[in-house]
Parts: sequence; C-alpha cells; structure tokens
Amino acid sequence: MSKSSEEEHPQKALGWAARDSSGTLSPFHFSRRENGDDDVTVKIFYCGVCHSDLHTVRNDWGFTRYPVVPGHEIVGVATKVGNNVTKFKASDRVGVGVMVGSCKTCECCQQDLENYCPRVIFTYNSHNPDGTINYGGYSDMIVVDQRYVVRFPDNLPMDAGAPLLCAGITVYSPMKYYGMTDAGKHLGVAGLGGLGHVAVKIAKAFGLKVTVISSSPSKESEAINRLGADSFLVSSDPSKMKSAIGTMDYIIDTVSAVHPLLPLLTLLKVNGKLVTVGLPNKSLELPIFPLVLGRKLIGGSDAGGMKETQEMLDFCAKHNISADIELIRMDNINTAMERLAKSDVRYRFVIDVANSLSQ
Amino acid sequence: MANSPEKEHPVKSFGWAARDASGHLSPFNFSRRATGEEDVRFKVLYCGICHSDLHNIKNEWGLSIYPMVPGHEIVGEVTEVGSKVKKVRVGDKVGVGCMVGACHSCESCANNLENYCPKVILTYNGIYYDGTMTYGGYADSMVANERYVVQIPDGMPLDAAAPLLCAGITVYSPLKYFGLGEAGKHIGIVGLGGLGHVAVKFAKALGSKVTVISTSPNKKTDALEHLGADSFLVSRDQGEMQAAMGSFDGIIDTVSAVHPIMPLLGLLKSHGKLIMVGAPYEPLELPVFSLIIGRKTMAGSGIGGMKETQEMIDFAAKHNIKADIEVISMDYVNKAMERLGKGDVRYRFVIDIGNTLVATKP
Repeated sequence: MSKSSEEEHPQKALGWAARDSSGTLSPFHFSRRENGDDDVTVKIFYCGVCHSDLHTVRNDWGFTRYPVVPGHEIVGVATKVGNNVTKFKASDRVGVGVMVGSCKTCECCQQDLENYCPRVIFTYNSHNPDGTINYGGYSDMIVVDQRYVVRFPDNLPMDAGAPLLCAGITVYSPMKYYGMTDAGKHLGVAGLGGLGHVAVKIAKAFGLKVTVISSSPSKESEAINRLGADSFLVSSDPSKMKSAIGTMDYIIDTVSAVHPLLPLLTLLKVNGKLVTVGLPNKSLELPIFPLVLGRKLIGGSDAGGMKETQEMLDFCAKHNISADIELIRMDNINTAMERLAKSDVRYRFVIDVANSLSQ
Repeated sequence: MANSPEKEHPVKSFGWAARDASGHLSPFNFSRRATGEEDVRFKVLYCGICHSDLHNIKNEWGLSIYPMVPGHEIVGEVTEVGSKVKKVRVGDKVGVGCMVGACHSCESCANNLENYCPKVILTYNGIYYDGTMTYGGYADSMVANERYVVQIPDGMPLDAAAPLLCAGITVYSPLKYFGLGEAGKHIGIVGLGGLGHVAVKFAKALGSKVTVISTSPNKKTDALEHLGADSFLVSRDQGEMQAAMGSFDGIIDTVSAVHPIMPLLGLLKSHGKLIMVGAPYEPLELPVFSLIIGRKTMAGSGIGGMKETQEMIDFAAKHNIKADIEVISMDYVNKAMERLGKGDVRYRFVIDIGNTLVATKP
C-alpha cells in the first residue's frame, strides 16, 4: 500500500500545494528524504514564482500530478551536507533551480547539459528514482544532490536573485549557445515579463544593443529608463514594425501565448536567429519562405546545465544583475497567481518563504 | 515607350516562354544585351528543369511577369567574352544558376553570399540593372556578368551537371554551413526528387551516414542501391519512424508541399537541426515544445553564393557527382512540366537545348 505524502520519507516538511486544476494552493504536509552522502539540505528562504508554476498548477500542459508543490527558483542556506559533499558546507548560501537529478552518464550529462538528459528529474512534478513524486520550493526545506545545487554569490540579494535560478539561466544559456553575445550586435527581446526583463539586463551586460518588442506601449518608459533597453518597439504598430525590418541580429522570444512568428522573423537580418524560450501550449504558424530567403534560424532552449547556471549566477553577481521583484507572503500566493495570469507584476513575484510559511 | 522583348536589346535571341498562368510554354523571339566588358556570352547547350520553373510559369508564388523564359540550371559553351573578363575564354564550358546580379555593396555580397542580397537579380523573372526583364535558359544563348558564371571542369558531362547549378548548390550550401556534411554525422534527406537525390550524393561524398525519408516505399531500392543511401525510412510507417526517433544529427527537408514537421523534429537527436530547402508557400505548424525540449533548431537555406557554387561544382567533378536526368527535346517541355507536377521523373528533366531548340523555330 503506498504511503501518504506525509509518511513516504523520514523528514517532515511543510509547503503549499495545488490539489486540482483550479490551481488554488493551500498548506500541505509532506516529507523529504534523509540527507544522503551526496546531498545538501537547504532551508528555503525565498522562492520565485515562475510562469511555469502557474501553467503547472492549472495543468495547462496536461501532465500535472496532484497534489503539486511548485517552485524552482529557490534560494536558501545549507543546513546539512552529506559525507561526499565538498562544494558546500552548512551555512553556505545556495540555490536550486529547475532540476534535481539526471542520469549522469549520457552524452548530455557528460557535457554539463543535464537539462537535456532524457532522464532529467525536474524540481517538482517529476518522479524520483524511488518512484515517489518530488515537491518544489514553495516549502520550508528541500534535500538535493550536490550536483544540482549552486553556490549563491555573496553580493547578490537572496530575494531578488532567486528568479535567476530559472528566468536567468533560461535566457543566459541560449545567448551563449546561439552566439548572441557579441558586443555591438542588436538583440530584440520579445515580451517584457519575468524572462524578458532579465534578458534585457543580461544582454546589456554583454554589450549588446537591445530593443524590447512588446504589445504593451505602457512598458516603454520602464524598459528604457529602468531596465536600460536602447529602444522599444510596439509590435501592434505596423509602421514601427516595418521600419525595423531586417535590423536585428537576434531575437529572444519569451512570449508563452500563441503569437505570430512572421513579424518577428522579418525583423531579423540575413542569418538572423530567433530563439524561443516561451512555451505556448499550441503550435505556432511558421512561414518557411522568410527562413529560406534569409537563411534564418529558429531554435529552442530549455533552462541550462548546472555548470552554466553557476556561471550565470557569477556573471550576474559581477554585473550586479538581479530581478525586479514583488516580495509576497506565502498566503498571498493565490492572489499573486491570478495577477501573474494577467501579467500584472513588474516582473517576478518572490515568496518570502522563511518569514511567512507558518507552521 | 517600352520596347517589345524583341527590340529592347541589340542581339536577337530565341527561346520558349510562358505567356500566362496556364504555364503553357511555346516559341518566343526576344533579345539580349550586347556583351559588356565584364560579360560572358555563351551558346546554351543544356538547361535543367527545376521545380521552381513550374511554380513560376504557373504564378504559384504570385510574382510572375509574363512572357517568362524560365530556366536557371544553364550550361553551355562560351562564344564571346568582354574585355575585362579573366575567368573564362571562348570555347570554355560554363554554367549560370539562379542569379545574374546583386548590389555588390551590402554585407551579404561582401561575404560572397549574393543569394541573400536584398537586391539580388534572379536569372529569370527578375529586373536587371537597366530595368529590363531577365530571361532564363530555355533559350539559345545567355549573357551574364562574369561574377555569376561558373566554370565547368573538363570531363564533367554537361547534361548531368546542369541541375547542380540550382539543385546541387541548394543542398550543398546547408550541408556545409550547418555542419551536416561530415564523417560521423547521421543525416536524413526528406523527399527524393531533384533536390533530394542530389543531397544524398553530396552528403555521402562529404562522409555522412544518410537515410532517405520518403512517403514512397517504391523509391527504396533506388535510394539504397543506386544513390548510395545507407537506409530508407518510410515516413508513413509509424513503427519505423518511432524506432528512428532521436537518431539524426540533421535533416535536410526538400519537400515543398505543406507537411507535418513534428515527426521530423522527433527524429532529431538533441541539438539536432532541421533545414528547410523546399519552400512551402503556406506556413507550417511549429510545435514549439519539440524545439525547446532538446534545444533543436530549424532553419532555411536558399541556393548559395557564387564562390560556394564554384566550390560545389569542383567538388562534384572531383567526386563524380552528377544528377540523374532524363534528357528531353525542347518540344517535350510541356509534357515534362505535367509529369514534373506529378513527381514523375527520376530525378530531373534536362532540356537538350543545343540539339533541339533551333528546330522549333517557326
């Protein structure tokens, strides 16, 4: 007979979970495994609210297993480390992102691309090797294999740095992989939300010229004055879009709603690259002529490996990059989710777990 | 007042043209410019029939200007060269492909990628620098700027070389640029037609392992025994497709009809590339998840620049790569177009211009 989530592991834990596709979260008692030789136990201080959390609690992608405890932008302090752990010690500031396990032997794992391992274990809503479901960072503590824990830099604020664990790596990784980091080149960032605003900051740190492409004219002043974008293009303005045709070397498309790709493809120069990191739940229309006539490329990217996640955090620490956040209490999470669904946040909610997750 | 095609230039020329979107081709008197100081003039011996010719004569892309003399897989023998021409001499065998001009000042032109120049001038159905229409290779002669002329190496059969000028470069360019044509790589070629069959030959010569992916099981023997493919995958066979998932480094998709790409993305290994060289007119459905999970890419590629076209021809000569062709007489062209529309050709028609055009003069 399978054990309840409270009993299946030896350490008691408290979190907030959604029980059905309404997505409404509420307190949830569960349990975590004992800290093994390779493990780090993390007391969770902050957890970012990623749009994927919203998609998951509402079962938008159709593979949610309830009850689900979301959260994969976790920052906290190590409280215990296993005998084999050399990278961390108790009291170190640490972070955990979108994955907590992989096979460690395949080609992807060997190349530090654990995120592309066919047996990757995501931080929540995935099966552990023992068959139990794992639970994410909307909780008081988590036990993670050291390989999937990053050192959180001293000079980054723990709250505003939390979203880097997913949003940060999700835009940093493709910028490196697709060669989008040459100073002076022109990057378009489509969508100005959690991913988009971090993309602007990281791109500026690489020395790129950055244009934000957005359907919301109200975001222009912030994009330019606060985030440092060089220009702002309203995607619903045909004449502005027309004058920008063929001006961008690359575009990062962070938009997760269904949207037309043709206008973005025409903004690219010849040999231009469009990288999609948003996850629409339906197919998009892809016109082929613009790809053929301009040798343009559209590529996907999915978070990043552990080595580059550490590299990204260190890069952000060096350039003082953290997310723009709205700190919330755990018991405001449902309101936050509703606001997130309407894109009513500048630009990431972060849960003050340590101070508000009551016993 | 605009001159008629017969009068606008000083040198008389004769070819076959389509007059309207029925696509019916028939004899056509027109004229070409005198040989300029950078021009190469040649007697056309052979011209390949590219599927684009069929799309264009029927105005399927909505860009056709009539009367249209198609043909951009043109080979022949030089009859005259301008005073500044260094590349070729009278008597040399040469070819002209899909373009005859570009701006020569943009970044693409500077990188020997005239094909991506925003002002590229196509060999037919284009507007030349002097404002006149360009006419293609279904004609007795061609005149082109030296930059757009390639040398055909001695010993290369001209009729079988003609299709390389479009089909050949169209697959060679992405095989090189996207790093797919190399030892150790497993490449899929979707569609076994004019582009596909040449893609198999180039990919094999470049060292890749090649699988042909086709809806037609009856092409299997040819693919394996004649073209040299390593294996053959019937795309309508769910079991075969399932077993092949995640086994390709790259896929070159030559199919120009609308078709599902999710199964093709599923065939790719992680970090694999799907390169579109066929150009469906309508958009395809892109399942974004399939790109994101596995960090896969899709890109397009269109012909190639002049430098790489010469490189491709030289490579083909060295490795004895030629198209599989059915040589036809000029007056068979309408029938050939009909058969091409049904995919009924193994794998390219080539018009024997040199021997059969003049007889059709009224």
